[in-house]
Parts: sequence; C-alpha cells; structure tokens
Amino acid sequence: MNVVTMNRIGKTYHLDAVDVPALIDIDLEIRPNCFTVISGPSGSGKTTLLNLIGCIDQANCGEIIVAGEPVQKLHDDALSDFRARHIGFIFQNFNLLPVLTVEENVEYPLLLARVPATERKRRVRALLEAVGIADKARNIPGQLSGGQRQRVAIARALAPAPRLVLADEPTANLDSHTGAAIISLMREMQREHHVSFVFSSHDPKVLAEADDAVMISDGRIEKIERRKLPAEGAA
Amino acid sequence: MNTLSLALRNLLRNRRRSLTTVSAMVIGAVTILVFGGYSRNIVLSLQTSYVMRGGHLQIQRKDYFLFGSGNPAAYGIADYQRVIGVVARDPVLSPMLAVVTPTISLGGIAGNFAAGVSRTIIGAGLVVADRNRMRRWNDYGLPIDYPQSPLTGTAEDAVVIGNGVARVLELCEPLAVPNCPRHIKTEAAAGASAPADITALAALESRPTAQTGEARIELLAANVHGAPNVASLRAVKAERQGFKEFDDMFIGMHLAQAQRLLYGNEKPQATAVVLQLAHTSQIPAAKARLAELLATTLKDEPLEVQDFEVLNPFYGQAVGMFAAIFGFMAVLIGAIVLFTVGNTMSMAVIERTAEIGTLRAMGLRRSGIRRLFMAEALLLGLIGAAAGVAVALCVAWLVNHAGLTWLPPGQVDPVPLTVRVWGETPMMLVTAAGLALVAIVSAWWPARRAARMLIVDALRHV
Repeated sequence: MNVVTMNRIGKTYHLDAVDVPALIDIDLEIRPNCFTVISGPSGSGKTTLLNLIGCIDQANCGEIIVAGEPVQKLHDDALSDFRARHIGFIFQNFNLLPVLTVEENVEYPLLLARVPATERKRRVRALLEAVGIADKARNIPGQLSGGQRQRVAIARALAPAPRLVLADEPTANLDSHTGAAIISLMREMQREHHVSFVFSSHDPKVLAEADDAVMISDGRIEKIERRKLPAEGAA
Repeated sequence: MNTLSLALRNLLRNRRRSLTTVSAMVIGAVTILVFGGYSRNIVLSLQTSYVMRGGHLQIQRKDYFLFGSGNPAAYGIADYQRVIGVVARDPVLSPMLAVVTPTISLGGIAGNFAAGVSRTIIGAGLVVADRNRMRRWNDYGLPIDYPQSPLTGTAEDAVVIGNGVARVLELCEPLAVPNCPRHIKTEAAAGASAPADITALAALESRPTAQTGEARIELLAANVHGAPNVASLRAVKAERQGFKEFDDMFIGMHLAQAQRLLYGNEKPQATAVVLQLAHTSQIPAAKARLAELLATTLKDEPLEVQDFEVLNPFYGQAVGMFAAIFGFMAVLIGAIVLFTVGNTMSMAVIERTAEIGTLRAMGLRRSGIRRLFMAEALLLGLIGAAAGVAVALCVAWLVNHAGLTWLPPGQVDPVPLTVRVWGETPMMLVTAAGLALVAIVSAWWPARRAARMLIVDALRHV
C-alpha cells in the first residue's frame, strides 16, 4: 500500500483578494520505503505539496490518504496525534528546540507519542549512535555545527518510528560536503528504518539519490520518474 | 522533561526580560503586602484598644445604645449581678470569657472651682480589678504594654482623668502632667466662683480637706430622678486616652462612686455588663448564646447585646476605609502585573513563532501550546509572588526595627510604625495566589494566539 495517495488535489492561496493557485490537480502516490524527491524551480509548489503530505496544511479540494488514513477528515487534535505517530519532519533551518539538549530534542517526539520512558531512552541512544552524534547528547543545539544539528534533526524525525519523513530542502543551509554527508546519512537511515523519505530539493545530488523523482512546475506535476524498486523490507 | 521544566528553560532563555517581569511582580507584591500589613496593624491596634476598654460585647438595657446615654439612670440594668452570675456560670459562655464586669457610663460636668473652670465630661464607673485584667488582653501579640489602672488600690473617691480634662481644669501641675501647656488667665476666662446653687450642692457632699498639691474636682451629674447630684472627687492621675475627643472628656471612677452619683441610696444598677472574650473570633458564638439566655433565663429584664463594632462605629469606618484603599491598590497593581506579564508572553510568542510551528508539526496539540505558555506565566507568577512575599517580609522587618513612629488620625500620642506581614498567612497566600492568577490570566490571550497559529505560517516565520 502506498504511504501517500493524493487524488486531484488543489490548493489556492488568497493573497490581497487575489487567488494564487499553488497546486493544481495533483495526483501522486508515494511508494513505501522509497527515497522520493520533489523537484522543481522556486515557487513551483514543492513546499506546498510537502505541507499537504505532512498534514500541516489543508487542500482546497481533492483527497489525501496518508498511511491509510484519509487525513482531511481528521480534526485538529486527531491530526496532531496522527503526525506525532506517523510523520517526521526535517527542516531547512533544523528547527531544534534551543533550550533542550540533543538527547532531549530527539526524545521530545517520543513524549508526544507517549512512548514509555525506558523505551524512549533506548531509542534515543540508538538513534544518536546511528547518526553519529552520541558524544554530543548533553550539548544544546547552539553548541553544534550546522551538519551536527541536521543529524540531530534526522534522529528526531526518526524517533517515533514514523511511516514517512518529510524534508524541506534539508541541505540548503549546509556546505556541499556536509550536505552530501547528510544526504548519505538520510539514505542510510531510510534503508535501515524502512521508512519513506520525501524531499523537496533542486539539488542535483539529492535528485541523483532518489528512488522516485517528482518534477513539479507551476503547481502541476510534470513528470514522475520511478527509477528504482523499493528497497528490501518494503510494505 | 515535562511542560513545567520546558517552561522554566524557556523563561531562563531570556533572563533579563524574565527578571524585569519578576521584578515588576515583586514590587507589586511588596506594595500590596506592606500596605496590607500596615493597615492590618492599624485595624488590630484599634480593635485591641477598643476591646481593652469596652470588651467585645456589652449587655445593655434595651434601647440604651440609642437613647440611654442621655438618661443613663433610666436605662440601667437593675439586677446586673444576676446577669453577671448567669453569664459567668453558663457552660457555653464561660470557656470563652476572659472578663465579665459591670460598668456605668454617665455624663456630667466636672469643675475645679478653685480655679473657676468646668467642662462637660463622660464618666465611667469601673471595677478596677476587672479593668486591670481587661487591659492585659492582647490576642494579636501587639507591642503594647498597658500599665495597671491608676485607680488600683485607691479610695472610693479617687478618679483618673484624661490629660485633656486635666489641662482644661488646670490640674496639670498637681497631677504632674508632662507637656501640658500652662493656661494664662484672661478676664473673661477667670470666672467668678461657682454658682451659688452648685456650691450649695457641693457643700452637701462630705468633702475631705484638700491636701497640698492634691487635685480635687467636683462632679455634677443627674441622678435617677433627674435631680443634680454632686460628688467631690480626688484626681489621682491624668492619663492619656488615645483619642483627643475622649481625652478631653474622660473621667474614670470606681463603680460604687458612679452608682452613688446616679442612684444615691437606691438599689445600684449598671448601664452595661461588659464581656471580654478570649478571642474576637468567638463573638458570633457568644452572641448567639447570649441571645438564647436573654430569651430564657434573663427574660425578666428587656436586655440586648451590642458588639464592639456597633459600640465603636469608627472601628468599622476605619476597617472599611483601609479595605477600600487596599482593594484599589490591589486592582491597580493587578492591572500593572497583567500588562507586564501579558507583554512578556506576547514577545515570547512572537520570538518563538517558528518554534511553535515546529512543535505543532511534530504533533503537539493546540492545547499543548496553550499549556506551555500558561505554564511559563504560572512560573513567572509563582516566582514573582514568592520573591515578593520574601522581600515584603524583609521590608516589614526593616520598618518594624527602624524605630519609626506616626500619629494616627484622632490620636494624641505617636504610635510605633509597624507593618504586620509575618504571621498574616492568609494575606500572604491570597496576595501570592492573586499574583499567580493574574499572571496566568495575562498569558491567556498570547497563549491562545500561539495555539491558533497556522503551522505553515508559523514555520515560515523568520
């Protein structure tokens, strides 16, 4: 079963009494256990599409099914709980909570998902080891480099064992070397945790790593390339 | 890590702003508590003063309070000894009682005919031993030490007079009244000797020979039949009476002397039976029991019970005035705290907009965002209130040990400036809880705004 199915999705912004269509008639399926990249020029609707997939924005029309759940029917609290259980986010600006330590940042989504304390500690330790930042567990984000922060963000996104991780231009604020390392790490995590990653990016390196590439322009999907079969362990 | 822990870290993130907000709350708490402690002290001092003098409750003949002061002879309690006996032996009342004593209030004219001066007075007939016990009542532990009555151990014709009476009757010198201005006689003031009829009445009173330096006065009062009666009395001491109006009119005498003035050879009465209770809080229970007794055992005479607040209307006025000022101040300070904390929380919401979006994206519900900001305000409130109470206690201690005095309205003597904060647990708790509540209320709107943000808008915020 696809992790995301979008049928005839439309999204229009109302700016100063002018309707600006951001997404038009989108039909999209995100395969499970895949590394999917949404690519396109600035203003093409990549972030809007990611927001809709991530259930943090509402479409004006159409149907979205995420992890088997028609999410448009969920009210706000149920949608919050759904996100806490099934979706992880990686942001361009890392968006770590500056008052929490690295391990607390990773633990926070587990608190929201009401995971018992011992299991939380175990998962946090394992994830920090996996992203190679266990030695910084007690540091606060302000004491880390950009690459280290994004590693923490990856660990945080994976902490509640989501079905789907969304990353909006995750390498945009990193130098090319660090960006490549982060992409490589995400690819590794995606395979290891059997989770679907969806990126928005116009970085050719990211695009090269993709199992599926979705080309978007002026709010419409121009092309979907299914390049590779889903990795082993797919649902 | 729970919401409170996260809230505390968020407060520490901008230490200067949090400190400024807490400081505003501390200043507010100190202002409320110090003024509250000051007014509380005044109220308790007043209450103690009234209870020392007139007890908590007085049993009087019906309507004496309204009409009897003009005719105390007609409004006396005929069988007051029986009333005292019933009250003192009552199993419900007796555990509450500190003192039960009869008293007589009378009006009259006191004259120092040797000096050719006189003035209207308010006389009080007292059982001296009982009054000495009443003077020891200090339920609130105030820093006061009333000496025994100067009438202690004196003969029946002894009286104690207010300093003002001594001044007007030109008895300051024989009574060694300190700081008493000397009277310079003018022609008009230097009246002739007493009127013949009064002199004749005074002559009927057996009058001991005046010793050198002795202060004697003649006291004229209307007896039970409305006829004038005169007693020649020996002033043993002038004593300040607190309030100037009272100081200028008060003459205290033995109960028997007052009874002789009013009732002559007839059966002596009392105008009131004074009940001093162990604690002021016992007034309602004592009143209820007295009402039962007056309707049953003591129903032979038309009696009623008045409490000290009715007998001393100034007390209620003072309490009301201080309560109004305190309330006004509390509202003003509450408004200041409301806007200060509200502003702090609004700034925090604006600064942390992207963070709010992140938390919501991760799955924190709107209520969680609201709870987070409310928890920050609650912590600010609790820290501000706790620090405010602590600082107020220090300020109160400093004031209480600075040796400051002030002259309360209507009083003749300066009194120590005392701020009663320590021990006033309800006041401290209410102030602290009030400040914390105001802080929470002030965070409600910013927290609501934060919770209602659109996630995508919040995430876009730079």
